[in-house]
Amino acid sequence: MKLYCLSGHPTLPCNVLKFKSTTIMLDCGLDMTSTLNFLPLPLVQSPRLSNLPGWSLKDGNAFLDKELKECSGHVFVDSVPEFCLPETELIDLSTVDVILISNYHCMMALPYITEHTGFSGTVYATEPTVQIGRLLMEELVNFIERVPKAQSASLWKNKDIQREGLCLIQPIYRERRPCHVLWSCVENQIIQCSGSQSMIPRPAPGASLGSLLEMQILRPTSNLNRKLWVWHPAIHLLAYPPAEFSLVFQPMDQASLKNSDVLILTGLTQIPTANPDGMVGEFCSNLALTVRNGGNVLVPCYPSGVIYDLLECLYQYIDSAGLSNIPFYFISPVANSSLEFSQIFAEWLCHNKQTKVYLPEPPFPHAELIQTNKLKHYPSLHGDFSSDFRQPCVVFTGHPSLRFGDVVHFMELWGKSSLNTVIFTEPDFSYLEALAPYQPLAMKCIYCPIDTRLNFIQVSKLLKEVQPLHVVCPEQYTQPPPAQSHRMDLMIDCQPPAMSYRRAEVLALPFKRRYEKIEIMPELADALVPMEIKPGISLATVSAVLHTKDNKHILQPPPRPAQPTGGKKRKRAAEDIPDCKVLKPLLSGSIPVEQFVQTLEKHGFSDIKVEDTAKGHIVLLQEAETLIQIEEDSTHIICDNDEMLRVRLRDLVLKFLQKF
Amino acid sequence: MDPECSQLLPALCAVLADPRQPMADDTCLEKLLDWFKTITEAGSSLLLLQENPCLVELLCHMLKPQDLSSRVLSFSLRLTGVLAAQEDCFQYLQQGELLPKLFGEAGPLGGAAWTSPAVRSGWIQGLRSLAQHASALHFLAHCGAVDTIFSLQEDSSLFVASAAGQLLVHILGLSMQGPAGGPPSLQAGDWPACAQKIVGHIEESLRATATPQITQALNVLTTTFGHCHNPWTQVLWVQLSPLVAGLLEKDPIPAAHSLVDLLLSVARSPGLSSSSCGLWETLAQTLSHLSPTQAGPLALGILKLQDCPQALRAQAFAVLLQPLACVFKAMAQDPGPSGVPDGTVGGSMTAGVPLPSKAACVGLLCRSLAHLELLLPLPQRPCPWPQAPLLGAAVTLLQLCGGSARPACDMGRHLCTLLLGCVRVQRAALDFLGALSDGTGPRELVTQVFAVLLEYLRSPDSSPTVLKKAFQATFRWLLNSPKTPGCWDLDPHALLFLRDLLPVLQKRLCSPCWEVRDSSLEFLTQMTRHWGGQAGFRHALLASEVPKLTEQLLRDPESYVRASAVTAMGQLSSQGLCVPPAGPEHQGGQQKSLLVELLHILSTDSEGFPRRAVMQVFTQWLRDSHADVAGDTEQFVAGVLQVASQDLDWEVRAQGLELALVFLEQTLGQPRSHCPHAVTPPVEAPVGPLAQALQPLCRVRLFDFAFRALFDCDRPVAQKSCDLLLFLRAQTASSSSLQESRSSPDVASVEAALQRWQAGDQAQPLGDLEPEVVLAVVRSLDLEGLRGALAESSDHVEKSPQSLLQDMLATVGVLGENEADCY
Repeated sequence: MKLYCLSGHPTLPCNVLKFKSTTIMLDCGLDMTSTLNFLPLPLVQSPRLSNLPGWSLKDGNAFLDKELKECSGHVFVDSVPEFCLPETELIDLSTVDVILISNYHCMMALPYITEHTGFSGTVYATEPTVQIGRLLMEELVNFIERVPKAQSASLWKNKDIQREGLCLIQPIYRERRPCHVLWSCVENQIIQCSGSQSMIPRPAPGASLGSLLEMQILRPTSNLNRKLWVWHPAIHLLAYPPAEFSLVFQPMDQASLKNSDVLILTGLTQIPTANPDGMVGEFCSNLALTVRNGGNVLVPCYPSGVIYDLLECLYQYIDSAGLSNIPFYFISPVANSSLEFSQIFAEWLCHNKQTKVYLPEPPFPHAELIQTNKLKHYPSLHGDFSSDFRQPCVVFTGHPSLRFGDVVHFMELWGKSSLNTVIFTEPDFSYLEALAPYQPLAMKCIYCPIDTRLNFIQVSKLLKEVQPLHVVCPEQYTQPPPAQSHRMDLMIDCQPPAMSYRRAEVLALPFKRRYEKIEIMPELADALVPMEIKPGISLATVSAVLHTKDNKHILQPPPRPAQPTGGKKRKRAAEDIPDCKVLKPLLSGSIPVEQFVQTLEKHGFSDIKVEDTAKGHIVLLQEAETLIQIEEDSTHIICDNDEMLRVRLRDLVLKFLQKF
Repeated sequence: MDPECSQLLPALCAVLADPRQPMADDTCLEKLLDWFKTITEAGSSLLLLQENPCLVELLCHMLKPQDLSSRVLSFSLRLTGVLAAQEDCFQYLQQGELLPKLFGEAGPLGGAAWTSPAVRSGWIQGLRSLAQHASALHFLAHCGAVDTIFSLQEDSSLFVASAAGQLLVHILGLSMQGPAGGPPSLQAGDWPACAQKIVGHIEESLRATATPQITQALNVLTTTFGHCHNPWTQVLWVQLSPLVAGLLEKDPIPAAHSLVDLLLSVARSPGLSSSSCGLWETLAQTLSHLSPTQAGPLALGILKLQDCPQALRAQAFAVLLQPLACVFKAMAQDPGPSGVPDGTVGGSMTAGVPLPSKAACVGLLCRSLAHLELLLPLPQRPCPWPQAPLLGAAVTLLQLCGGSARPACDMGRHLCTLLLGCVRVQRAALDFLGALSDGTGPRELVTQVFAVLLEYLRSPDSSPTVLKKAFQATFRWLLNSPKTPGCWDLDPHALLFLRDLLPVLQKRLCSPCWEVRDSSLEFLTQMTRHWGGQAGFRHALLASEVPKLTEQLLRDPESYVRASAVTAMGQLSSQGLCVPPAGPEHQGGQQKSLLVELLHILSTDSEGFPRRAVMQVFTQWLRDSHADVAGDTEQFVAGVLQVASQDLDWEVRAQGLELALVFLEQTLGQPRSHCPHAVTPPVEAPVGPLAQALQPLCRVRLFDFAFRALFDCDRPVAQKSCDLLLFLRAQTASSSSLQESRSSPDVASVEAALQRWQAGDQAQPLGDLEPEVVLAVVRSLDLEGLRGALAESSDHVEKSPQSLLQDMLATVGVLGENEADCY
C-alpha cells in the first residue's frame, strides 16, 4: 500500500492511496496562500494601487517594474492571482478510480484534476460538501472574473531571473488560471453519497467503492460538512479523519476508528494556541468596542463555515451589547444561497439543532436576524447595497486573503480611519501578509482566528482511544510550531512515532496482506464429498466460480453451459462464463518404495534398482530402459515412446494412491 | 416545667409509646430532647421524673418486646442519658433496674433494633450524657459497655463510629479525674482499671496492621490531646509515642492524615512540655518520612506553632516551598542559587525526578500555594521571608499556565505541558501573587509581575474566575506600588502600566461574558475610589473610552452588571470623571442626565440589584454633598424617598431609610457618633427653633416614609425605621418647646392612622404632617418596646415548648384521622 502525497499543506491535503488494484485520492485541496504575493484586485480603479512604484533591482535595473510593484517594503506581482496546485506528475492521475472529498475546503483543486489529467473515476462527497463547495467555487470564480486583468505577468517567473535571485518571490505555482475552476467541470462526476433529503437524523451511511473498499461516513462535523471516512480495505481497517469540532455539529463516533492499521491525520487546527471560545469572545468584545465608538467593523470571511458560528454568537450578543440598531451586512455572490443552504442540512447538525427543526424552527438563528432586518445580505456592492448602506456597521465579506472580492473595496474605503477595525477570523492566511499591500493602514487590526478543527489535546485523546497501529501525518505535525518551539504539547506524540510526509513524497504504508475470507454458497457446499485423508483432515475438490464484489469473495456453483447471450454490447469480465474442462481426479498419499518394487517384480519386471535422491527415489527398470522418479509431490515415468508400458506402470503407481 | 406542658406530656408519652402512631418528623424529637436538656440543666431531674411519672412509664415501656420505631427508641436512650446525668436521678433509675435493662445486654443491644444505626447512635449518646459521675463509671464497667464501645468504633455508620471514639475519650477523661476528684496518679500503672483498659485498647490498635484500626486509635488520641490538658496526658504521650513513631517505619505510612492531626494536636496541647517528651524529634522524623502531599498540612501546622525549634521550622518551611522550588529549578536557565531553599527533604519531589501525574502535580502546587498564602499574614511566619524567590515562582507558574514560559530543559517542558491552561493553578497562583503584594520585591521582578498580570488580563483564554482574580491581584499590586514621597498619585511605572491596562479594560467591558463585564466594573470602581482624585489617573482615564462604555453598561441586560455599572458610574461621577474634558459646557447636562438615568433605573428596573446599587450611590452622594445633589437637596431626597418607599425589595426600602437618616443628620447638623468615617458635610446648624429645622424633613415626606416603614412586613426595614425615629427623639429630647401639642386633634388622627397601619391596613395616607405633630407622635410611640419585639427572632412565638408538644400531638392526631378515613 502506497501513499502519494501531492500537497504539503497540512490542512489542504491531497493524498493518493494505492492498494491492490485501486487508486483512491483523499481530498483535493488547493493552496491559495500563494495569492498573498499578488496585488489586490480592486473592484473600481484604485489610484493608490495603480500608483505604486515599480520594483527595481539594487543596481537600478528596472526591467521587472511592470510586473512587480513595491508597497511599504514588500514586493507584489501585479497580475491575476495564481494558486499552488497539487503535484500532477507524481502519479498518473488518470488512474485514480475514486476521489473522496471530506469537506468543502478540500475540494477546490478538483477541477484541475477532473479537467486536465484524464481522470475518469468518481468523486464522492456528502451533500453539504457538494453544495457548499460549489458556492465557494462560484464565489472564487466570480471574484476573479469580474475584474479581468489585462496584464498577465510571467517574466518574473523566468528561470534565469529566479536563478540569479533577482526576484524576491519564489514561484511554485503550476497553474495560473483559477477562472477555469468551473463547477460544471466537476458536477457530472460527483456523487453525493448521502443525498438524503429528509430531515430525519440519520446514521452514518455506508457506500460501496467497487470490490475493494467499504467506506463509512462517520461524522458530519463542523461547518456543515466536515466528515470522516473510514473504510475497510479487505480485512484491514484504515481511517482518515480530517476532523473538526464545533458545538453545533454532531459529535464524532470514534468506535469505528478503533484498531485501525493506519490512521491518516490531516486538517488539524492551524492555530493551536487559540482557543475558539476565547476567540469568539474576543471577536465580540472588539466588535462592540469599535461600533460603540462609532467605527465600522470589517470581517473578511468565506461565505460559509465560521460565519454561521459568528452570526449565531452575535445573535445572542447584540441585544445585550446594545447593538440592536447596528446593521450587519453579508456581501457575497453566494450569500443568499449560503444562508439558505445552511438551514436545510439539519441532519448533519448536533442534537440541539436537529430538535429545533421539529419545532419547527430554523436550526441557525440567522434566519431571525434576517427577518428582523438586523442582518442583510447582498450579492455585491452594486445595486441595493449602495442605497441601504449606513454606518457604523459590520460587514462580512470575502475573500479572507484580501486579494480579491468586495473586501478589497472596504479595505480601501475604511483603511484610513482609526475608528474602524478589521477582524480576521479565518485562520488560513497570515493576517500580516494579507494586510501588507494596504500599508500604511490607520484602521485597527484584530486577529481572532477561529479554528474549530481538532487540536492536539483532542488528537492525543483520540489516539489514546482508538489505538491505531500507525499514524501518518504531514511533517508539520511532528514537531512544535516554529514560533513555539518549547511547546511539546503542540505536536503529535504517539508510539510508534508518526510517519510524516511532505509534498511530492511517496510513503510505503506498513500494511501486511493476510488471508482473505471466502464464503461458499450452500448449494455448492452440499455438493462436496469430503474424504478423510488424515484423522481430522478431510479434503474435497471444489469446482466453482469465484465471485468478488464489494470486498466480498463468494464461491458459487459453476454455471451450466448456456447459450451465448449475445445482444449485450459490453460484458463485464465477472459475468463471463469460464471454460469448464472435464476434471481429472486428484491424487493423494505416498508411494512406499519397497512395496512398489515388490509389486513391480510381481508384474514381471526384473533387474530393478532403487536409487535414493535428495527429493525421493528413482526406480530404475534397467531391462525396460525405463525410469520412475518418485518425489514427494510428483511422480514421473520416463520411458522411450512405449505408451503401453507407461500406462501399465502408471496404473501400478496409482494403486498406491488415493483418488478423490 | 409550666403546668400547660405538664398536662400535655402524658398524652405525648402515650403517643410515643404507641408503635401504631409513628412520628413522621424526627426533628420534633430532637427539639423535645433539647427542651428536656434545658429543663435538667436548670433543675433537678429527679424532681422532673417524680412530677411526671409518665416519663418513667415511657422508659419502662421501651423494655417490652414490641415493634417500636427506632427513632423513639433512640430518643428514649438519649433521654435516659440526659436524666441520669445527675447522680441522684441516676440512682433512682438504677433502683428500678431501668439503666442496666436499657443499656445492658438485655436492652436493645442484643435485639433486632440494634441493626438500626439510629439506635446504636442513641445508645452511645445516652451513655455520653450519662457518664458524668463516678457511679456512672462503675455502671459502665459493670455492664461491659466499654467493650461494646470498642467494637462500635468499627461501625459501618461513620456517625456511630465517630461518636464511639468521642465517648471513649470522654470516659478516659472521666476515669482519670479520680474517684474523689483528686489528682490522678502520674504512674500509668496506677491508673484506674477503666483507663488502663482504654489505653491498652489504643496500644493494641496502634500495633495493628489494618489501617482503619490505626486511624481509630489516632483519632481517639487526637481528640484526647485536643480536649484534655491535664498532666496525665503527658504520661500518656510518653507511653504511646514509641508506638506512634513506629508507624513511620511502615511503608506506606498508614493513616497519614490522622497521624498529622495527632502530632499537631499534641504539639498544640498546653499540657505537654514538648521538649521533654521527644515531640520535636518525632515531628522532624514525620516531616521527612511523609510524602510531599501529606507533609504539607503538618509543615503548615508546625510553622503556626508559637514555640518551636528553629531547625524544625526551617525543615517545615522547606517542605512547603519544595513544589515551588521544583518549578523554579525546572525553569531556571542558569541553575545557580535561586534563593528558594532546595527540596532536600521528602524524596520524590526533588528536581530532576519526573513529576507525577497532572492531577497530583496540580494538587500539590495548589496546596503549597494555599499554605504559603495562609502563612503570609501570620506574625510567626518564617523570617527572613523569601519574598523575591516566591514572587519569581508565582510569576513563573502563571507564565507556565498561560503558555508564555519558555522552559530550557525537558523537566520544564514537561511541567509546561502539565500546567498549560490549568485554571486551578492559575487561581491559586493569582491569589498568592495578590497576597505577596504586601511585601516588596526587586524592581525587575515587579515589572514581571505587572507584565504577567497584563498578559492574563489580555488573554482571551482567561476564564472569568481567573480574570476576576487577575483584576484583584492587579489592584493589590497597584495599591502597594512604590509611591513618590508626599504624592498620593500612582508612580510613573504604574502609570505606564495603566496606559496598557485601560485598552484591556475597555475590551473587557464589551465582553460577551457578563461575569467579565461585572468584574471589570468592580475593578474600575475600586481604582476610581483610590486614585479618582489623582491627576495622572484622571488624565489616563478621561483619555480612554472607559467612562463612556461604563455609562452604556447601565443598560446591560444582566442585572448584576447593571448594578456594578451603577456603582461605578456613581463613583466616577463623585470624582467628576463622567465627562470628557473637551466639553466643559456640557458638564451640568451630563451630570443631570446621570441623576435622571439612575432615578429611572430606581423606578423602573425589574431586578433588585441595580435598584439597591442606585440607593447606595444616592446615599453616598448625599453624604458627600455631590454637586448634583447639593443643588436642590430637598427635591432630590423627596424624589428618591417617594420611589424607594414603594419598592418591593426590602433592601431598597432599608437603604431608603439610611438615606433618610443621612438627610436627618444633615438637617439637624448632628451626625451619629457611631459613624466615625462619615465626612461631616458643611450643613448649617439649626438656627431657628426645632420646628423650623424639621420643616424640610416634613416637606420631603420623610416621616410618612418612616412611619410606614415602622410597620413594614420585613423586620430589617422596621428596625431601621425604629432606629431612625429613636435617633430623632434623642436629638429632640432637650427641646421642650413642642410638648404642648401632645393632645392636639392632628396627633390623635395620626395615631389612629398608625394603629390601622399596624393592623395591616396601610391604605390611608397620613396627609401633610406638621413638625409638632411628628414629634408628639414619635414621643408617644413605644419605640423601645417595638425595637425589643423586632429583635426577637421571628419564630419566638412558635418556639415555645408548649407549642412543640401541641404540634407533635396534632401531627399524630392528623395521622390518626387519616387512618380512620381509610376504613
